[in-house]
Amino acid sequence: MSTRQESGAPLLEVHDLVVHHGQLRALSGISLTVFPGEVYALIGANGAGKSTLLRTIAGLHHPTTGSISYDGRDVTRLRPEKRATAGIVMVPEGRRLFPSLSLEENLKVGGSFARKGPWDIGRVYELFPWMNERRGQKTAQMSGGEQQAVAIGRALVANPRVLMLDELSLGLAPVIVQRIYAMLPQILESGITVLLVEQDVSQALRVATHLQCLLEGHTTLEGTPAEVTREQVEAAYFGATDGSNG
Amino acid sequence: MEWVNAIIQGLLTGGLYALFACGLSLMFGVMKVINLAHGDLAVVAAYLALGVVAITHVPTVWSFVLVVPIFGALGYVLQRTLLQSALNRSVLTTLLVTFGLSVVIENGLQQFLSANSKSLNIGSLVSDSFSIGSQITIAYLDLVILAVAVVILLGLQYFLSASRNGRMIRAVADDREAAQLSGIDYRHVFGIAAAIAFGTVALAGIAFGMYTQFDPTTGSSQLLLYAFEAVVIGGLGSLWGTLAGGILLGVAQQIGAQFHAADQILAGQLLFLAILVLRPRGITSRRELA
Repeated sequence: MSTRQESGAPLLEVHDLVVHHGQLRALSGISLTVFPGEVYALIGANGAGKSTLLRTIAGLHHPTTGSISYDGRDVTRLRPEKRATAGIVMVPEGRRLFPSLSLEENLKVGGSFARKGPWDIGRVYELFPWMNERRGQKTAQMSGGEQQAVAIGRALVANPRVLMLDELSLGLAPVIVQRIYAMLPQILESGITVLLVEQDVSQALRVATHLQCLLEGHTTLEGTPAEVTREQVEAAYFGATDGSNG
Repeated sequence: MEWVNAIIQGLLTGGLYALFACGLSLMFGVMKVINLAHGDLAVVAAYLALGVVAITHVPTVWSFVLVVPIFGALGYVLQRTLLQSALNRSVLTTLLVTFGLSVVIENGLQQFLSANSKSLNIGSLVSDSFSIGSQITIAYLDLVILAVAVVILLGLQYFLSASRNGRMIRAVADDREAAQLSGIDYRHVFGIAAAIAFGTVALAGIAFGMYTQFDPTTGSSQLLLYAFEAVVIGGLGSLWGTLAGGILLGVAQQIGAQFHAADQILAGQLLFLAILVLRPRGITSRRELA
C-alpha cells in the first residue's frame, strides 16, 4: 500500500466495523480505505462477511460499533436511500431487479434521483447495445447474464461515485462473467470507483488494484495483487494452516 | 328480461364495490397492509361529508372536493406514523393495529355522533332514473357511481403504469430494499400510496352515503366484507381484477335476489367461496400490481 495515498484523499473509509446478525457476529472490526479510481476487491469464502460489509456500507445493516465515512463526511447513520443519492450505489447480490417492471422502467427507477454525471439510459444502451431492442421486455424473461447487465445499468444511471458490485459472477457461466467484467474499464474511465465482492479469486486478482481477504468476519490479508503471493491468498482465504490458530 | 335487469343492476352496484375495494387492493399490493379499518374509514368519510355540508352549505355532491384531499392527507400521515411503525415490527402487527383502529373508530363514532342512521341528502337525485323498455330502470346515481369507479380505476391504472411516482410505487411493491438502493425513500412512497388509497375510500364512503343509510357499524359489518370479497374474487393486488371482482360480486348478489330477496348476500358469499376454492388467486391470477 505504498503509492495509494498519492491519489488524493480517500473516497470511502470504513473504520473498525462490527456488525451483528441477531446474536451472530458477522464482522469483527473490519477497516478499509478506498481511494478514488481504485478497483477494490473483497475476497473470501462463503460466510466470510463480504456481502454483509457491502450491505452495511450501503446502509442496509446497522453496525454495532465502528464508522463509515464517505468523501470526508460521516455516513454511519445515514439512511440507505440518502447514501445512494450521495453517490454510494450498490448492485445487490442476486441482482434484485423489479420483476413487474420492464427493462427500461428498471433503468428509469435507477435514475429516479440520479446525481449529475456522464451516465444516462442512452449511455447504458451504448454499453449494452442489445438492451435497446428489448427495452420494453420484463426482465424476468431474461437470462442471468442479461439480468446482471440490467442491474449494473440500473446502478450506473444513478451516476455513482462508488459503485459496489456484490458477487457479479454468482450463478453465471464463466464466459458470461468474462463478458460482464469486460465492461469494467468503460465504467472506470467515467471516473467511477469500484468496490467489489467476488468469490472467484482469480477473477478478483485480474481486475483489482487493491484487495482485502475476509475470513469469518476478520481481515486476513490486505494488499495489491502484485504484493500478495498465491500462497498468502490461499492461507488467508481458507484460514491459516501453520498452526497459529490451534 | 328480469334476468337482464338483474345483471344490469348488479353491474351498477358492482361499481360501488369496486370503488370500495380499490383502496384495500392498493394498500395490500404495495405495503402488504391488510387494512381492517377500511370500511370504518369509508363511514368516517361519509360523516365528514355531512359535516362539510353542514358547515359550508355546499351541495352534497360536491362535498368530495374537500373530503377527498383531507382523507388523502390523513392517509399519508397515518401511513408515515402508525402504520409504518406497525410495519417495522411485522406484517401481523399491522393486522392488529388496523383492527384496533377499526374498533376505536366505530366506538368513537357511536360515542360522539350517536348510533342513529344517517344519509347524505342529495334530494331527488337519489331516485331519478330513466327506463329502457318496460322492465329495465337505471338510476342516474348508480350510473354515476359506476362511471366514477371506472374512471378512478382506469386513472389509477394509468398513473401506476405511466407516471414517475407510479413507477416508484410499483418498484417499491416489487422490492423495497432494491428501491432504497436506487435512492427511493420507500416510506414516502408508501405514504403516497396510502394517500391515494384513502382518497378512493373517501369517494366510496361518500358514494355509499348518497346511495343508502349508514351508521357507525356499517363499516365493519358491510363495507369491509364487500371490499374484501371484491378484492379476493378479482385477485390480490390487481386493479383490473378489483373492478371485475366488484362487478361480479354485484351481479351475483342481484342474481341471488332474483331467487329470494334474502338470498342476495348469500349469493355473493357463495361466489366468494367458489372463487376461494377454485381460483384462490382470483380470476385475474396475476401476482403483480397493475
